[in-house]
Amino acid sequence: MNNIVLLPVLIPFIMGVILILFRNSPSIQRFISAVTAFAMLAVSIYLTYIIYQNGITTVELGNWPAPFGIVLVGDLFAGLMLILASIVGVACLFFAFQTIHSEREKFYFYPFYFFLMTGVNGAFLTGDLFNLFVFFEVMLIASYVLIVIGGTKYQLRESFKYVVINIFASMFFIIGIAYLYSVTGTLNLAQLGERVGELEQTGVLNVVAILFLIVFGMKGALFPLYFWLPKSYYGPPAAIAALFGGLLTKVGIYAIIRSFTLIFTHNPDFTHNIILALAGFTMFFGVLGAVSQFDFKRILSYHIISQVGYMVMGLGLYTPLAIAGAIYYIAHHIIVKAALFLFAGATQKITGTTDLKKMSGLLKTHPALAWLFFIAAISLAGIPPLSGFFSKFALILSGIQEERYFIVFVSLLVGLLTLFSMMKIFVYVFWGKPSLSEEEVKKTKLAPLLWPVAPLVALSIIMGLAAEPIFSFSMEVAEQLLDPSIYINSVLKE
Amino acid sequence: MEILMIITVGVLVSVATYMILTKSLLRVVLGIMLLSHGAHLLLLTLSGLGEGAPPLLGEQAEAYSDPLPQALILTAIVISFGVTAFLLVLAYRTYKEHKTDDLDELRGSADE
Repeated sequence: MNNIVLLPVLIPFIMGVILILFRNSPSIQRFISAVTAFAMLAVSIYLTYIIYQNGITTVELGNWPAPFGIVLVGDLFAGLMLILASIVGVACLFFAFQTIHSEREKFYFYPFYFFLMTGVNGAFLTGDLFNLFVFFEVMLIASYVLIVIGGTKYQLRESFKYVVINIFASMFFIIGIAYLYSVTGTLNLAQLGERVGELEQTGVLNVVAILFLIVFGMKGALFPLYFWLPKSYYGPPAAIAALFGGLLTKVGIYAIIRSFTLIFTHNPDFTHNIILALAGFTMFFGVLGAVSQFDFKRILSYHIISQVGYMVMGLGLYTPLAIAGAIYYIAHHIIVKAALFLFAGATQKITGTTDLKKMSGLLKTHPALAWLFFIAAISLAGIPPLSGFFSKFALILSGIQEERYFIVFVSLLVGLLTLFSMMKIFVYVFWGKPSLSEEEVKKTKLAPLLWPVAPLVALSIIMGLAAEPIFSFSMEVAEQLLDPSIYINSVLKE
Repeated sequence: MEILMIITVGVLVSVATYMILTKSLLRVVLGIMLLSHGAHLLLLTLSGLGEGAPPLLGEQAEAYSDPLPQALILTAIVISFGVTAFLLVLAYRTYKEHKTDDLDELRGSADE
């Protein structure tokens, strides 16, 4: 029992409610939200430290014992995700201060920003399938508002589809919960993990597992279900797109990894092989989409899809090394992807467009932006000293050990195509003759745009250089995930 | 009773699917509403339509019905109510901005 586990959910929720009161004074809103974001970062780091020291930490709400009441469970995986979420939260918030339109700011941008964080953090911490659904909905409702805030024609059109698709998936979530409850008679994740192992009805459980894979796969943009992502993420301003690109799909991936290491471990030959096949398709078609596009934000959106594939590939291989690689990859991707989206926002602020063909030559006028972008881009593509390399290396190594050569081939090919499309951005945006006149260059100040992004790029470099301690941490997370009895015992206290 | 409920759920889900596949914005919203009703009824039915006494009222009854699914459905209904309200407003604004409620005309094109 440790009540600190509650704080990552409570802080953004309470501060979000308070922020509603200050609708008409942006400076107070900015101050409160900056303080809140840093407080969340501090709390999540401290919480992870406690989890690392004392093992899995749980809170039983209202002192109802575990299988009957609601529990919040902080294990290492959840702690890591909390830290990553709050890092991205801080960076995007400070970028939003620079770029967000003042009308958008007035229409409750900051409150919904923190409600989104409430949902995300809650989804990471919850130990109960139905509360996972509730926190998903909290997150999604906030994301509906954030994606449509501003109300341009394009945003309205695409967010209607985004909302309908997500509600559709949520209804399937309820149907999945209904099936699982009728089979096992519980919704507590730990008890589910225990009972699924004892049950003999693997046929029904396979159906339920695939149903949940569809639900989470729709939120996490897996192969047949990713079609909504590029268009929806194109609409909102860069700070919001970065938050979505960094965090939202990863919540779906978190749910997949959590449920397929804890609950549906009854028949890995069936379920995890399907996941592996989906991973291959997701990677390949995502990167094909990225290669075909000529728009900064759209390329990045398609890259989200292809890289989700790598994370799920780690789960599909289902060995400690592969899961550790997937976790490392999630950490790397959340940071680098948010940074890249913020770069897209910065170039959009400078040139006024995201179309690659309409801009060129920023290397001469904005060298700092260009080189920071270059680092982030090659990190995404997986060039050695940076964080992208080590995470992919672990995945590929484990794929070779497991003799799944085809998926290894696909992932190497996708890495090459990723490099190609990132270089396409670099060539179009930064090389060539400068397209801006001197006055236009001086009009936008670069430094305030770069400050929120630079720490993310630095983190990517640090994660590459300090690969060994971070990798051993990922190994510990993976071992904890692959031994569900630790989780089950610490929640049910047997 | 269970058979009847399951058939009702099936009818609701199939009608909802039909509505979601139509072109009009409003019909899609109605379809989503029906689908959520179907999902809620399914949750209630699958967790067993018990014939026991209400829980927590006395300890003499032969059997108690399970309160959990009802609590779950209550939460789910509130959520789907809120989301539907949001979706209706969104559909209305989309209609006002684009002057059409035909989803075919709301399709995206690559060069925007």
